[in-house]
Amino acid sequence: MPLIETGKLVDDAWVHLGDDDALPAADVPVIVSLARFHKDRDTLVGRNGGLGIWLASSQHPKDIADHLADFALVALDFPKFRDGRGFTIARELREHLGYRGVIRATGHTLPDQYLALVRCGVSQVEIPEGRDPALWAHALTEISTAYQVSVAGPLSMARLSRHKKTEHAA
Amino acid sequence: MSPSAAARQIDPPANGLPSHAGIYHYDQVDRDFLKERVEQFRRQVARRLAGELTEDEFKPLRLMNGLYLQLHAYMLRIAVPYGILTSRQVRQFGRIARQYDKGFGHFTTRQNLQFNWIKLVDVPAILDLLAEVDMHAIQTSGNCIRNVTSDQFAGVASDEVVDPRHYAEVLRQWSTLHPEFSFLPRKFKIAITGSSADRAAICIHDVGLIAKRDAEGAVGFEVYVGGGLGRTPFIAKKLRDFLPEDELIAYLEAVLRVYNAYGRRDNIYKARIKILVHELGIDTFRDEVEAEFARMPVAQYRLEPAILDGIRARFASQPYEVLEPISGVLARARLEDQAFNRWVRTNVAAHRQPGYAIATITLKPAGGIPGDVSAEQVDVIADLADRYSFGEIRVTHEQNLVLAHVRQDDLPALWKALADIGFGEANSGLITDIIACPGLDYCALANARSIPLAQRISERFADLDRQHDIGELKIKISGCINACGHHHVGHIGILGVDKKGVEAYQLTLGGSAAEVGAIGDIMGPALSADETLDAIDAVVGVYLDRRQDGERFLDTLARIGHTPFKDKVYAAH
Repeated sequence: MPLIETGKLVDDAWVHLGDDDALPAADVPVIVSLARFHKDRDTLVGRNGGLGIWLASSQHPKDIADHLADFALVALDFPKFRDGRGFTIARELREHLGYRGVIRATGHTLPDQYLALVRCGVSQVEIPEGRDPALWAHALTEISTAYQVSVAGPLSMARLSRHKKTEHAA
Repeated sequence: MSPSAAARQIDPPANGLPSHAGIYHYDQVDRDFLKERVEQFRRQVARRLAGELTEDEFKPLRLMNGLYLQLHAYMLRIAVPYGILTSRQVRQFGRIARQYDKGFGHFTTRQNLQFNWIKLVDVPAILDLLAEVDMHAIQTSGNCIRNVTSDQFAGVASDEVVDPRHYAEVLRQWSTLHPEFSFLPRKFKIAITGSSADRAAICIHDVGLIAKRDAEGAVGFEVYVGGGLGRTPFIAKKLRDFLPEDELIAYLEAVLRVYNAYGRRDNIYKARIKILVHELGIDTFRDEVEAEFARMPVAQYRLEPAILDGIRARFASQPYEVLEPISGVLARARLEDQAFNRWVRTNVAAHRQPGYAIATITLKPAGGIPGDVSAEQVDVIADLADRYSFGEIRVTHEQNLVLAHVRQDDLPALWKALADIGFGEANSGLITDIIACPGLDYCALANARSIPLAQRISERFADLDRQHDIGELKIKISGCINACGHHHVGHIGILGVDKKGVEAYQLTLGGSAAEVGAIGDIMGPALSADETLDAIDAVVGVYLDRRQDGERFLDTLARIGHTPFKDKVYAAH
């Protein structure tokens, strides 16, 4: 899958590891399911390559809260673009759990959702094959006003008053 | 200082809008945002037309911009934030109706306006015309926080405790393109009132807010959650008795987070928050919300007084004249003209400003289509608003309009002018003041037609003497179980059903969307349209026979029960 970060196509070093797949070389970073993580935790956290965890939209951040330090990346699945649970999960990871690693959206998203994903704390998006990456780049600049607080800013409601100029999402 | 000297205009006059209309006046930030949003949608339409977006992908995007595909054409639903408009905005509706629709528009139960005959390729141009007058169709549909609704008498009602408009505007801005809550399990409707009398039907909303004051005068909110109609109707349950003003946004974020995380997504009919609240129970739901609220960095979400001051400053106030509380002109006109007197009785409400009144324009002429207005009528109403009500017009959830600041002295002239365009009917709150959804004439979901039935009921009960004798009686008609016509909360509710391929109507009795909300009870088997008319006659007949002094229809029904009504209606079957 093509990978977008800050609006640009970037290389993807991460490998999605199926629950029964053999581990690649120790320096290849892998993304695993929660089941695989629980099964092979000791092996996985001891590797040199980074460890990423993949959450289904029905899974909850509290399921990984105790292990967040193990993960350089959290991948959130959007089984279909209408399933908006990932927005809340991403925001919760950032806001409540203080997670500072990479949050990646996987599955089916639209460029029209990209800015909202970023504002909720998502840092990368795996975009469906065959889509024009330029749409994602453009999506970040389409709407320059943010009326509400979000983890990517602004961090107060002051915009509503128009009294203060506040920074907001890139 | 006289009130008129203190009246606040928005300076510079906002986009040429009448600066004393009691709307939130846009600033440059709002206009820039709207321009970007229109451009965004223009590109989405282009991508759809070029095949870069599938219809499945385009659908939620167009819905979030108020665009539905109906039986015969696209319908565009335009947001009227908490139901308040300027005359210039209303004239723009007329222009759009002439240029892009069939010369009329339709006011809805959510205080919005719909055009029913729109072409997809025209939509960006229509959005440009709307943006010219600071209007849009954002979040009038889709699984997001919808346009916030409120009391049509906000800011002028004599029974008002807190003006809900400023909070409604805060909610409008906060919910606009909310990054976290634009792909919810299902739509999310918030209604807010600040009066003891509930004219906003808060009990049937996903979240209902009653703004009130504590003993020290501080503003807070009674918060209700989980109301809604559709195939599983619920009256909202109380979540908080007094939410402090500055916690409003934080708390609503907590409610929506719990909903977004746990609301059902497996079944569209069980996806509203009312089902989540019902399945968890209100106490467990409250615990979840409070737990989320406790974790939040509440300071970030605090609604500081300065923010509210900033919002308030963008609302104009009205340069009222200092008048005698009782108008001699009005008193004489009422004595001289019984028809006018009757209109004053039903369609005029008390205003907090001495010498002024609130006038309701019922869009329910005998035999008419509830909520429909032609471009010509709209232009006249805009002129009347300029002449008599500081250029301001409001929309009610009962599909009527309101001129909220009329000098009592001007009421006779206003009434005559309204009668000239067919809107002088003295029937606000009466049996012909019917709510009806678009029904099978327009809607792909409907089982039966609503509008022709509403028209026939309106004709059957057109006699104003009889209507006034019957008194307050609310009929609400939905063409299907989605309940857009609020039939569950009609004193008499009518639901269109499909009876082996034939349109039929199921009647309910005893619903109410007032302070003590209630879902009506089904009377019995569905009836044909003809039988429905006779059944309503029969129900009214029982009420008139059995009522005691001063009893309204609902009072008699509560006292004698449903059986006498059912017996009468189904006696012939």
